[in-house]
Amino acid sequence: MWQWLYKLGSPRWFYELGERSLPWLWGATVFLLAVGVVWGLAFAPPDYQMGDNYRIIYMHVPSAGLMKGCFYMMAICSAAVLIWKIKMADIVAKAIAPIGVMATLLMLASGSLWGIPTWGTWWIWDARLTSSLLQFFIYMGIIVLRSAFDSQDSAARACAVLTLVGVVNIPIIEYSVEWWNTLHQGASSLGMRDASANPPEIWIPAFFTGFGFIGLFFIGLILRSQNEILLRERRTQWVRDLVAKETAGA
Amino acid sequence: MLEARDLYCERDDRVLFQHLDFSLCAGQSIQVQGSNGSGKTTLLRILCGLNRDYRGDIRWQGQPVEKARADFRAQVFYLGHAPAINRSLSAAENLRWFCASRGVRAGKIREALAAFNLQGYDDVPCYMMSAGQQRRVSLARMKLVPAALWILDEPFTALDRKGVSELEGMLSDFVRSEGSLLLTTHHPLKMDCDVGTIDLDALIQERGVYDH
Amino acid sequence: MTTEATAGLASVMGATIRRELLLAMRSPGDVINPLMFFIISVTLFPLGGGVEDAFLATIAPGVIWVTALLAVMLSLDSLYRADYEDGNLEQLLMSPQPLYFLVLSKVFSHWLMACLPIIVLAPVLALMLKLPAAGIGALVISLALGTPILVLIGAIGMALTVGLSRSGLLLAVLILPLYVPVLIFGTGVVDAAINEMAYAGLLALMGAMLALAISLSPLAIVAALRISVN
Repeated sequence: MWQWLYKLGSPRWFYELGERSLPWLWGATVFLLAVGVVWGLAFAPPDYQMGDNYRIIYMHVPSAGLMKGCFYMMAICSAAVLIWKIKMADIVAKAIAPIGVMATLLMLASGSLWGIPTWGTWWIWDARLTSSLLQFFIYMGIIVLRSAFDSQDSAARACAVLTLVGVVNIPIIEYSVEWWNTLHQGASSLGMRDASANPPEIWIPAFFTGFGFIGLFFIGLILRSQNEILLRERRTQWVRDLVAKETAGA
Repeated sequence: MLEARDLYCERDDRVLFQHLDFSLCAGQSIQVQGSNGSGKTTLLRILCGLNRDYRGDIRWQGQPVEKARADFRAQVFYLGHAPAINRSLSAAENLRWFCASRGVRAGKIREALAAFNLQGYDDVPCYMMSAGQQRRVSLARMKLVPAALWILDEPFTALDRKGVSELEGMLSDFVRSEGSLLLTTHHPLKMDCDVGTIDLDALIQERGVYDH
Repeated sequence: MTTEATAGLASVMGATIRRELLLAMRSPGDVINPLMFFIISVTLFPLGGGVEDAFLATIAPGVIWVTALLAVMLSLDSLYRADYEDGNLEQLLMSPQPLYFLVLSKVFSHWLMACLPIIVLAPVLALMLKLPAAGIGALVISLALGTPILVLIGAIGMALTVGLSRSGLLLAVLILPLYVPVLIFGTGVVDAAINEMAYAGLLALMGAMLALAISLSPLAIVAALRISVN
């Protein structure tokens, strides 16, 4: 276990693991998304209340999950950066941030689209939408902070500190927004009933798209990390060999 | 007392130093030499614990410095490029807070200032002083805190000729009374004790810049 | 002349607070500017929005809280800037004393100078904004509990950005999202008081947030300062 973690901390090993796993990941992801989308859009029955409008959950729910998951992964990486000074953890944290932003934007966009038929307006100060907007701001803060530093090591540690501060704050922010929302809106979450209240035909495809999104996440993570690894390790022999091989092949 | 083994530091894709070993015992002094940008300041800051971008071992009294951090800080006096003098405060106010932050009694501030020819300047705000006088206020701190190791980055900057020789005398006295001294300077030292050297330029030429 | 102080933790904290207050006396702008910003910004809202009593009363808690929050944020620049530039921050980080308490004393002094005047003046501005009298006490208490949290969180952002040039807007992007809970509960307390509802629970919640901020943020501040002097 420790040996495995230690290996994972080596950029070269991570790069090669990524090379090996990418084809499998692509295959699984395409399969999961195809099944989920076709099943969800064509075969799942319409909802008795919302008709076909609910079908956006096949995108909305996974992106919401990803939005949170990305942040928690960044927090774990940040702890690794600060405590064990693992450089690979910073590469991964840096790679995840824009994926988290994309997930958050997808969640907001799909939520807004869903709002048009259910609420009659594309934006409503709903607790979840508001929290997600704030989450988006926090992601952007981390990305902007990283770009403000010249030194890579300082940037890594500064972003790690900010991520950890963010992860402590997020439950507090969500709780406060939830409270504020009930104060100002009363019962607001129209149409966003508990997912488990739906029949299984509706939510099983969501599993497929959900795992498909996780696959997409890992593909993005690996590609972006590999890029960053090549950039940071460009002076090492193994990267030079790799570049020589690639250019010879082309 | 202070030991470094196999220190390595790079900045902006350039290796500043590698395989750097040295040890500094009580009553010894070392001058770090090197051209501009060779990493003298970086090395001193790494040894102080202000810069953590390095690999290798630093030991204080035989223990890894991370473990002995509290004792290390209590025993080290560091003087950086910036004088660490707040210009709105007077000399005495600056020194008083410095003593408090080190947890020592602010006893002989007037005497410490006098030792650097600043009699009567205790209540003068530092913005009214010249650069050399500010540097003297900064140096006066070494008289106020007990320290076994002095790490001084260009201590002679802005001092006049008399100030330089007086400071050299003080540094020699410190080393002779079993103190350890680590300093950088571009000025040719005239001290009454042996001064070892670490030459960062030579180190790089000898070992090559890249070692992959 | 010589101060024969014992070298206890309390004396270190006392000396730090004394130094910060002395510095504020020497450059009174650090105290006056946040306060003036607060007063002027609050004045802009009736000028831009209208002066009907009912309208002003509805926006009053939010306006006062938001402008107080911005004033606190803008005041943070004086927290570490001078120490960073003149090298005192390095000396602070090399102090053998527990940095947690040194940092906390600096934050506390900053709160005294930047926030206390705002809290004292807030009732006057609240009356100008026609806030019902029932909300005034709650406003002051909520500000008294909330502004220290704002300074503590803001100090983390300031410590992260003090080494960067042009950090003003960056600081806002980093810390304003984290200010949301304080804003929500702070205005919530005032709203509850106006509507004659119990708000002790909300105050307890803000107190808990303050306790959390006091115990955790100094750690983050120290870590951030180390990064900035690196």
